[in-house]
Amino acid sequence: MLRFEPWKITLIVLLSLAGLIYTIPNFFSEEQLTDLPDWVPQRQIVLGLDLQGGSYLLLEVDTNAVQTERLENLRADVRATLRNRDLEGGPIGYTGLGISQGEVVVRIRKPEDETRGLEALRGLSTQISTNLFGGGAEQDLDVTLGEGGKITLAPTEASRTTRARSAVSQSIEIVRRRIDELGTTEPSIQRQGDKRIVVEVPGLDDPERLKALLGKTAKLSFRLVDQTMTAQQALATRVPQGAEILYMTEFEPPQPILVRKRVMVSGESLTDAQPGFDQQTNEPIITFQFDTSGARKFGEVTAANVGRPFAIVLDNEVISAPNIREPILGGRGQISGGYTVQTANDLAVLLRAGALPAPLNILEERTVGPGLGADSVEAGRIAAIIGFAAVIIYIALSYGLFGVFANVALIVNVFLIAATLSILGATLTLPGIAGIVLTIGMAVDANVLIFERIREEIRNGKTPINAIQIGYDKALTTILDANITTFIAAAILFQLGSGPVRGFSVTLGVGIITSVFTAFVVTRLMVALWFRARRPKELIL
Amino acid sequence: MFRLKLVPENTAFRFVALRYVAYAVSMLMVVASMGLFLTNGLNFGIDFRGGTMIEIGTEGPADIGGLRNRLSLLNLGDVQVQEFGAPNEVLIRVEQQAETEGSDQSVVELIRAELGEGVEYRRVEVVGPKVSSELIEAGTLAVVIAVILMLVYIWFRFEWQFSVGAVLALLHDVLLTIGIFSIFQLEFNLSIIAAILTIVGYSMNDTVVVYDRVRENLRKYKKLNLDELLDRSINETLSRTAMTSITTLLALLALYIFGGEVIRGFTFAMMWGVFIGTYSSIFIAAPLLMILGVKRDWSVAAPSSTPSV
Repeated sequence: MLRFEPWKITLIVLLSLAGLIYTIPNFFSEEQLTDLPDWVPQRQIVLGLDLQGGSYLLLEVDTNAVQTERLENLRADVRATLRNRDLEGGPIGYTGLGISQGEVVVRIRKPEDETRGLEALRGLSTQISTNLFGGGAEQDLDVTLGEGGKITLAPTEASRTTRARSAVSQSIEIVRRRIDELGTTEPSIQRQGDKRIVVEVPGLDDPERLKALLGKTAKLSFRLVDQTMTAQQALATRVPQGAEILYMTEFEPPQPILVRKRVMVSGESLTDAQPGFDQQTNEPIITFQFDTSGARKFGEVTAANVGRPFAIVLDNEVISAPNIREPILGGRGQISGGYTVQTANDLAVLLRAGALPAPLNILEERTVGPGLGADSVEAGRIAAIIGFAAVIIYIALSYGLFGVFANVALIVNVFLIAATLSILGATLTLPGIAGIVLTIGMAVDANVLIFERIREEIRNGKTPINAIQIGYDKALTTILDANITTFIAAAILFQLGSGPVRGFSVTLGVGIITSVFTAFVVTRLMVALWFRARRPKELIL
Repeated sequence: MFRLKLVPENTAFRFVALRYVAYAVSMLMVVASMGLFLTNGLNFGIDFRGGTMIEIGTEGPADIGGLRNRLSLLNLGDVQVQEFGAPNEVLIRVEQQAETEGSDQSVVELIRAELGEGVEYRRVEVVGPKVSSELIEAGTLAVVIAVILMLVYIWFRFEWQFSVGAVLALLHDVLLTIGIFSIFQLEFNLSIIAAILTIVGYSMNDTVVVYDRVRENLRKYKKLNLDELLDRSINETLSRTAMTSITTLLALLALYIFGGEVIRGFTFAMMWGVFIGTYSSIFIAAPLLMILGVKRDWSVAAPSSTPSV
């Protein structure tokens, strides 16, 4: 137990030194680090959001909305297909077109049209590849003919999951673009589970703005206003086919307006959107630019509808409904409607980033202001220093020289923990600091076990060398058993915890490993070297 | 040479003789804890109950009563306003608004609008109903898995009697921790689950050290009465037990006093856990071996699980 080959000694010393070197970057700011010589490692411990301040948001993509929208579109497609004049044998008469229980159903009027109708509607189904390698291909719709000419179009399970998955991926991309516009450093956006997104934005001063940016789907469309009747008439009687009542939020209270469902041009055709000011009224506005096909379509529709109003619809609210004074041919336009500089800017951001495929729900939010973060770092630092000092003094008073050995090992231990966290790029949270302080308290346990054992053996009349040998021998299994149990607890916390709690489990787990190493190897080396140099006849412990 | 020794050498306390007192006291406390949990309940934080928590900093001492009145006018249901660590820091807790996601988000906006300028938002946490129920599940699962793994590990390393004794002591510690949180109505949140898991680890650590010595002595003193053997084992490890508990408590005390309000509940739970874990290793885990019975003949290499006292 007390024999150390030179290479072992070298290895232990090198490892301890590595701990020191890899801890160094944490004492410098990032600017200072770049000025340091190249051999100094650059990686620092990342401070968690609870220490540096920032926002954590757990979002869930409303995939039900994706399915609902798909069925709506499918219903429109069925209508268009069956009414199509170019259909071989002419349009097909139908009745009872509707959505029920996640399927689109329609009844063909004449029995002789049934097969033709089935054939035509089967054409709506497309192939999707169900695995990454394109091996398995499947239809995305189950189109079946039932009794009495009833045709059912049911999205397949595979297509549902594919769509939901792609909606989540797309949402992540849009969320990323929107957050990038905030200009904060190193936001993190990650998928969690099937349909959740974790957003972490450090150092944010206005989390409400972040939420406002993520809370909007930002579906923009330009549609014609239905002028066959007024909105009041429609509300009192019946909304005409192909139109719907929306509200103009410009007014207080919001005014109803009858808008056609058909979209002239949608937000997908936008190539740019910028905040600006109206040249006449000096009111904040958003200017936008369509792509070529969008511009052409917009030009055609406006040319055909001069003098009539059109509605700019954002997330089912009418922002404004200006009259078309002349055909708008250049594909440029502006949106006004009582914006402030900030809201105009935010809307421009949303339009540039694109619409979310489905609404996002905020399931959880945790925001820590920079003030509290700084306070926590300071409190953690003071607590760590005082706790550390108290333990070191107590150990030195209890074990004398051996206590000093244990304390040196304890210091090496702290460096090793910091170095491991830096190398792993682990996140240090406030509970994480608590984990380190707790490890300091518990790390001495291994040494205590050994020292107490040595004391016992001396009392039993063993020679110093034997007492030390036996002490280390017998304490080893106990140390391992005792630490493995704590490590199990840390591992479970890591698996099941999140955020700050996870940070705690990391420091606790790392601390257990380094403390066993320092207690059993580093202290033992010091004891061995001391013993070799002194050869004491009697051991005072 | 001076040595600080809180536990003298060669102690011979008769711990095992006190076991019936210890069992009675522990049973009483466990029953009381469970009773409190069922009647008084736990002061669940928003992690488990859902809702909104806002910590604000005000210029100068905060007018808690005034704040409470202003916020109660917002019709948000149960609103708690309390000082948090310093006179100019206030913690506001608002109950969950509805079972639908997103309904709690408007709470933050309403409160921000009500409090206006001149308030620093130090911390804002909103937990929706979906997440809070998941966190309850994950937290309970974590503690259950931890206890089962400990049971299996000790069984693997020792004999089943040790395993059962250790886990009973462990459950004792966990229940008493829940009890103290119930009696003082301290906030029970996610970090307390982390603390409980650490207590599980620590208490196990302590128990294992004593059990290790018991096993060693079982091999060494084949003819010694079990109660004397247990006493001997506890006494031999007593100075270590005291030493480790004290260093851990020293470190935790520093955290408790200087670590800030945010983790005070967390460190409190751990201090209590270290205290109760140390007690249970000595007075519960070890004496339980008397009841469970342990194999006395360790000369046979193959371990058998049949007790033969």
